[in-house]
Amino acid sequence: MHVLGRARRHAVLWSVQFAYMAEYRAEIALWALSGVVPFIMLAIWQSAPLPGLGLDGPMLGRYFLSAFVVRQFTVVWVVWQFEEDTIQGRLSPYLLQPLHPLWRYVAAHQAEQATRLPFVMLIIATFFLLQPAALAFPSPPRLLLGVLAVGLAFAINFLLQSLIACLCFWSERATALERLLMIPTLFLSGLVAPLQAFPPGLARLALKTPFPYLIAFPAQLLSGDPLPVEGGFTVVGGFLAMALWIAVLLPLLSLLWRAGVRRYGAMGA
Amino acid sequence: MAIVTAQGLRKSFRVAAKDPGLAGTLRHLLRRRWQDVEAVRQVSFQIEPGEVVGFLGGNGAGKTTTLKLLSGLIHPTGGVLEVAGCQPWRRQRRFLEAITLVMGQKQQLIWDLPPLDSLRVNAAVYGIDDSEARRRIAELADMLELGEELTRPVRKLSLGQRMKAELMAALLHRPRVLFLDEPTLGLDVNAQARVRRFLADYNQRTGATVLLTSHYMADITALCPRVLLIHQGALFYDGGLDTLRERLAPWRQVRLELAEPVPAERLAPYGEVERLDGAAAWLLIGRDRVPACLNRLLADLPVLDLEVNEPPIEELIGRLFQQGFLEEPPA
Repeated sequence: MHVLGRARRHAVLWSVQFAYMAEYRAEIALWALSGVVPFIMLAIWQSAPLPGLGLDGPMLGRYFLSAFVVRQFTVVWVVWQFEEDTIQGRLSPYLLQPLHPLWRYVAAHQAEQATRLPFVMLIIATFFLLQPAALAFPSPPRLLLGVLAVGLAFAINFLLQSLIACLCFWSERATALERLLMIPTLFLSGLVAPLQAFPPGLARLALKTPFPYLIAFPAQLLSGDPLPVEGGFTVVGGFLAMALWIAVLLPLLSLLWRAGVRRYGAMGA
Repeated sequence: MAIVTAQGLRKSFRVAAKDPGLAGTLRHLLRRRWQDVEAVRQVSFQIEPGEVVGFLGGNGAGKTTTLKLLSGLIHPTGGVLEVAGCQPWRRQRRFLEAITLVMGQKQQLIWDLPPLDSLRVNAAVYGIDDSEARRRIAELADMLELGEELTRPVRKLSLGQRMKAELMAALLHRPRVLFLDEPTLGLDVNAQARVRRFLADYNQRTGATVLLTSHYMADITALCPRVLLIHQGALFYDGGLDTLRERLAPWRQVRLELAEPVPAERLAPYGEVERLDGAAAWLLIGRDRVPACLNRLLADLPVLDLEVNEPPIEELIGRLFQQGFLEEPPA
């Protein structure tokens, strides 16, 4: 199938998934509101600022607001959905169609992100009303880089979680394993603290994992503020690291998928 | 050339066995005991293009596992398998475009959206352009007598309407081989009949090959001149349904209404006395002897009424599944 055909197929998948997600808009609004961890962390950091962090109050505000936005557009629930589909037998018809089942989940995530957009805009507006000192927008090139980084962060997170989802072929309860990812995601991604607040050794270690590229790097780009040298990020270095993680995770996922499908017993089907 | 070929097909599953009670749970936790279950054992058959074949067996006989193997959903443990010129388990695009699997108790339609949305997705997945997809949807909707239902959320449809929409989704890409696993399960008698009519019509129009499992013998008798019988994973009959009926019951049941009760001994020369109830009698008479026996009965006894019945195929097949094998016909 040529590129246009694939694009058309993805557009149809996306639009139908968008219609499906729109049926659950109230639930999605609640999910969007539930992602307020960065604002809680902002309140903590603003009440007890760390000297030498290199971030003033408004910068800290913009960082956590950006972290919130990044989180909204990189949330991945493929493990949960895949587990459901495997147990309920819904995976079987997907496997019998000439489209890799993971593309359906990609389209579903992207459709859900689109339904989150109005709620995210509302929260951004409310944030700037409450913290007018933080009001600043990134330059257009920086915004573009930020959006690109958010897309790549979603790709990394999706690949990571899909690897765990594939374990459903061996153990039907892969969501339990997904919880193992939660801790490093929470502490190393920059969701609870910007990377420059980490002890240098831990920051260096974190940068060798994919987690800071899920939140901290795109959030720093979106905030419009200078990238912190202490955090170890450069624009080129950050994008290269993201590309590297995708290049590592993609073949791994392909291998695991093939091995898993071979094992698939279609028991629920 | 056969469109489906299975030769010595095998599938075994490794399942954990657990004893009941706390001790069993602890043992299961510390030292898991595995058992190999042979779901399909040395199954061999061929299906020619355009054939409609019934696949029969009791619960757990291996029908659905065989269909999953044929459709490429699971890998065989052994044997040779070829469907539409491909090895199913490789799931190449040309294979997936050539087949479909419909499972009566499972659905592929998106629950909260109208069937038309699921059909749009399927059209895109199979690379069918919009105008062609609209044409095919209209054609299938006409054959299945579906109209406005296609614009209502799937969850609001009746079971029969949902199954018809499922069939539309499964057939939109015009597969050459249909694997149907109990497509009429749970439907009322009218809906069953409509689905049957549609399948017969579809087979006539497109020449598609159909392998059908059903617990409703009416589906099989209406659609399948040939049947495969499976028991405990092994195939034990492959042939015509009529031939099977003759082999299972080479007799006819004759019900007599007599002017007065007669003893069994008087009836015995005509056939095996199955039952006596006052002036009514039921005899089993060899198929070839029926005309001659009836002539003699009418001449010898005060017969008021008589009825010749074929044994119901449901009863015969049910008996056969309990037995698990088919006796060889006498030479």
